[in-house]
Amino acid sequence: MKGRFSWFNAMSILLGFAFLYIPILLLVIFSFNESKLVTVWAGWSTKWYGSLLQNQALKDAAWVTLRVAVVSASAATVLGTLAAITLVRMGRFPGRTLFSGMIFAPLVMPDVITGLSLLLIFVALGIDRGFWTIILAHITFSMCYAAVVVQARLQDFDKSVEEAAMDLGATPVGTFFQVTLPIIAPSVVSAWLLAFTLSLDDLVIASFTTGPGATTLPMKIYSQVRLGVTPEINAISTILIGIVTTGVLAAAYFTKRQTEKAERERRAAFGAAG
Amino acid sequence: MSTRTSDLRRWYVIGPPYLWLLFFFLIPFFIVFKLSLSDVATAIPPYTPTFSWSQGIGKFLSQLDFENYTFLFGDPLYVNSYLSSLKIAFFSTILTLVVAYPMAYGMARAPKSWQPTLMMLVILPFWTSFLIRIYAWIAILKPEGFLSLFLMKLGIISEPLQIMNTTTAVYIGIVYSYLPFMILPLYASLEKINPSLLEAAQDLGSQPWRAFWQVTFPLSLPGVFAGCLLVFIPAVGEFVIPDLLGGSDTLMIGKTLWTEFFNNRDWPLASAVAVLLLLVLIIPIVLFQRQQEMVREAGR
Repeated sequence: MKGRFSWFNAMSILLGFAFLYIPILLLVIFSFNESKLVTVWAGWSTKWYGSLLQNQALKDAAWVTLRVAVVSASAATVLGTLAAITLVRMGRFPGRTLFSGMIFAPLVMPDVITGLSLLLIFVALGIDRGFWTIILAHITFSMCYAAVVVQARLQDFDKSVEEAAMDLGATPVGTFFQVTLPIIAPSVVSAWLLAFTLSLDDLVIASFTTGPGATTLPMKIYSQVRLGVTPEINAISTILIGIVTTGVLAAAYFTKRQTEKAERERRAAFGAAG
Repeated sequence: MSTRTSDLRRWYVIGPPYLWLLFFFLIPFFIVFKLSLSDVATAIPPYTPTFSWSQGIGKFLSQLDFENYTFLFGDPLYVNSYLSSLKIAFFSTILTLVVAYPMAYGMARAPKSWQPTLMMLVILPFWTSFLIRIYAWIAILKPEGFLSLFLMKLGIISEPLQIMNTTTAVYIGIVYSYLPFMILPLYASLEKINPSLLEAAQDLGSQPWRAFWQVTFPLSLPGVFAGCLLVFIPAVGEFVIPDLLGGSDTLMIGKTLWTEFFNNRDWPLASAVAVLLLLVLIIPIVLFQRQQEMVREAGR
C-alpha cells in the first residue's frame, strides 16, 4: 500500500464519513437552537437543556437506565469472558456447536423475537416484570457481544505464556488472574463498555420485558419521538452521544497505551536477553 | 488450559454461560412455539390454555392447535408483510454493500498511521444509539426538513420532497444504521490482502479495474458474506426504522409483530408471527454461525 491517499480512496472515505456524521452533527447543533422549530436556526441557546432538568419523568427514566446498564454490563462482562474462554481455550466438549450457536445467534437475532421470547419465559416463571427482568434480558444479549470482543483478544495472545505459568506451578485460577486477565484486560474493558452502551440504547427488548414502574430512557424518547421532533429530544440525544463518545474515546486511548506499554516491555525483555 | 484442567473443573467455566443461554435464549423459543399454538383470551396472562398439573398434560395438549398459522397464511396482510420485509432487507443489504465497499476499500488502502483513527470513526456511530440516529433522519427527511430546504435553496427542486413516511425513507434508514456492520468485516478482509498480489497482477499487464475484479474482490468475499448476513438478518425483523421512518403502506414483519403484541394484545398470534420469522431466518443464522466459527479457526 502506498503511503498516501489516492484521489478515489480519499473521496469515498470523505463522502462515507459525511453520510455517517452529518445527521448526527445536525442533531447536536440544533439542540442549541433558540427556536422550537428543529430545522430553522434562530440563534444559540441552552434553554432546552435547562428544561430537561425540570422534567422529573425524564430524570427518573435516566436513573433507571443507568442502573440497568451498570448492573447488566457487569454481569454480561463476567459471563461473556467465561464464554470467550470456553470458545477459545476449552477445545471440544459435549454441546460445543450448540454453545457457539447460542453465542452468535443473539448477535443477529431481530430484537422483536428476543424481546418476545424473554417476556414469555418471565411470564412462564411467574417473575414480576420490571427493573430486574430488563436486567436479565440485557445480560442475555450483551454477554454474547462481550464474548465476541474478549474472544478476539484471547485468540491473539500467545498461549505458551499461560502454559509457562502452570509449568511453574500456578493453579488454573491463579494463572487466569495473574497472567491471562492482565493481558486481556483492555478487551474486557471494551466488552464492558459495549455491553453498557447496548443496554443504554435498547428500546425493543426493554419494551417487551418491562413492567409497571420501570421506564427506560429509550422508551421515554421513543414515546416522545412518535409525537414529533422537539428540541428537547435533540438535547437529551446530544447528552447521550456525548457520554458514549467520551467513553469510546477513553477506551481507545486506554487500549492504545496498554499496547504501547506491552510493546515497550517486550522490546526491553528481548533487549536484556540479547 | 484445556489439557491441564480436569474435566469437572472445566465446567466451572463452561457451565455459567452455557446454562444462562440455555435458560434465557434457547428454552424461551420453545415457549414461544407453545404459545403460538394457544388461543388469545381476556385474562392475565392473556392466552389460553395455561398449564396446570391438576388438569393433566393430555388435556393441555389437546387444546393446542395450528389455528394461528392457518390464520396467518390466509390473511394477505401477513403474507405480504413477510414478503415485503424480505424484499426490503434484500435490497437494502445490496445498497449497504455498494455504499460500504468503496469506504472499506479506501480505509484498507489508507496510510497505515491513519487506519486506527478511521476505524474509530466508523465504530463511533455504531456505538451511538440506534433510536437517536433514526430520529436524526426525521429532521432531515420530513417535507420541511433539512434536505428539502437545502435542495430548494440550491434551486434543484421547487417543492418539498415527499420522502418521510415512505419505503424510500426505510431504505435510507437501514443503509445508514447498518453501514458500520458492513464496513467492519469488509475492511477486515480487504486489509489482509497482500498488496504484492495486486502488483503482480499489474506487472503481468492486468488493468487496475480487471485486477480489482479478478484479485481483490474474490479475496474480499468472506467479508462481503459476513457483512451481508450482519445486515440482512436483523433488517428482516427491523421494527424501529419502519415504525419511525416508514409510512402506513410500508409493511414489515417486525412492526406487524409489535402491533399484534402491544396494540392488539394477541400474544399467541404475535408468537406465531415470531416462529415463522425465525423459520425464515434460521438458514442465514446458521450460515452466519458457520462463518464466524471459520474466522475463529483461521485466527488460531
